Amino acid sequence: MIPVGFEYARPGSVDEALALLTEHGEDATVLAGGHSLLPVMKLRLAAPELVIDIGRLPELSYITVDGDEVAIGAGTRHSTVETSSVLATECPLLPAVAATVGDPQVRHRGTLGGSLAHADPASDLPAAVLALGGDVVLRSTRGERKVPITSFYTGVFSTVKEPDELIVEIRVPRTGTAGWAYEKFNRRANDWAIVGVAVVDGRVGLVNMGSTPLRASTTEAALADGASIADAAALADQRTDPPADLTATADYRRHLARILTKRALTTAAG
Amino acid sequence: MSATVKVDMTVNGTGTSADVEPRLLLAHYLRDVVGLKATNIGCDTTSCGACTVLVDGESVKSCTVLAVQADGTSVTTMEGLEEAHPVTAAFRAEHGLQCGFCTPGMVMASVGLLSENPTPTEREVREGLEGNLCRCTGYHNIVRAVLAASGQDPQAATAHPSRSGA
Ligand SMILES: Cc1cc2nc3c(=O)[nH]c(=O)nc-3n(C[C@H](O)[C@H](O)[C@H](O)COP(=O)(O)OP(=O)(O)OC[C@H]3O[C@@H](n4cnc5c(N)ncnc54)[C@H](O)[C@@H]3O)c2cc1C
Ligand code: FES
Ligand code: FES
Repeated sequence: MIPVGFEYARPGSVDEALALLTEHGEDATVLAGGHSLLPVMKLRLAAPELVIDIGRLPELSYITVDGDEVAIGAGTRHSTVETSSVLATECPLLPAVAATVGDPQVRHRGTLGGSLAHADPASDLPAAVLALGGDVVLRSTRGERKVPITSFYTGVFSTVKEPDELIVEIRVPRTGTAGWAYEKFNRRANDWAIVGVAVVDGRVGLVNMGSTPLRASTTEAALADGASIADAAALADQRTDPPADLTATADYRRHLARILTKRALTTAAG
Repeated sequence: MSATVKVDMTVNGTGTSADVEPRLLLAHYLRDVVGLKATNIGCDTTSCGACTVLVDGESVKSCTVLAVQADGTSVTTMEGLEEAHPVTAAFRAEHGLQCGFCTPGMVMASVGLLSENPTPTEREVREGLEGNLCRCTGYHNIVRAVLAASGQDPQAATAHPSRSGA
């Protein structure tokens, strides 16, 4: 399978990339790791006229502590997140979740920014950043804005990001020793999550339980009111709208959300 | 047709260069432009790992990387491993292949794995190769081969205490 022909640009800086995006608008698509974009281009479900390759901009690849937060460049690869010693101590949920993405080859290419931008509700990392209550930093030639992840997603494969904007950074709180866990349920090695549940510091993020990553808000509220883990987890599928597909019915996903939330909360409680 | 782009890439230690269409996949660059046919294309959907090569030392699936993305990098294919490479030698000794179709990708994924984790456990080998499918061997001999290539005794490293009694 071969993509439709396209023009290719590899800007040498974020500023150059932003200028190209402003100039070409919707005709241009950003390429980071390419592990979501190239498969859809090969299937010819996407046929951009211009591909802007930001995959090797050193400016977008970093993990640094900044006050109460860890700032992660959007171009940071899953394998770098997975093995980061900074994240291991400051925000251990994130490397643990990154380690469950695809396989080593996928993790050598895919990026955190690409995963958040792609907005696949079956992706692991968006729900993890949601559970963390992180922020997405967007930049264009018009300026920069910081969007809380809670208002970043608008639907399946869609976000509030404008076509001329790049995700440049993801900011997550330094959760340190707060309890955390990630439960990903799938049937075969290498598969996407049928359902995933990320827990950190009493917050719960759900993978594949609706058209966007979701917080199990009813569970979180019950926990805050002092409910037991079992009682709170039994509410994990409330206010969700899980899809039905070849791997699972919506009801089965609801069941998984409750069970996995119970397991994750139990692990996080140590 | 879109304008071609010049790429320069070191493949197995030798400089290569060509004007290519941006949509050319690295797997096709290696096979059709450079003429190295060890790298197989199996699924063409990032699932099977048959097309695995190393880019700057890291394993990638070359059916899902554009040749232009590998411009300026150093690529290693199975042809680039020396004759007596410990991983290929171990695949031979442990019968880590039957039809051989998955083998170039399996070997390159194993070389990449061992460079990141020189002494993996059996579980780490299985997880490290989770992106590579083999329809013939049932995987056990491949896992043994990688353990042997890491200098471990595959018999001891795959001994499961729970199965030893009985
Ligand atoms: C075989 C396979 C298995 C996988 N398994 C999993 C899995 O289990 N869990 C999981 O979560 N993911 C999985 N993935 C997806 C993988 O994590 C992707 O790498 C990731 O979703 C996209 O990141 P990328 O850098 O490759 O983005 P790309 O493919 O380069 O881009 C994806 C989209 O995001 C846009 N984009 C990228 N970066 C930016 C940016 N900085 N600013 C604005 N827009 C941007 C692009 O324009 C494009 O629309 C899998 C992929 C494959 C091929
Ligand atoms: S051919 Fe590339 S993963 Fe199967
Ligand atoms: S040896 Fe035949 S597919 Fe692996």
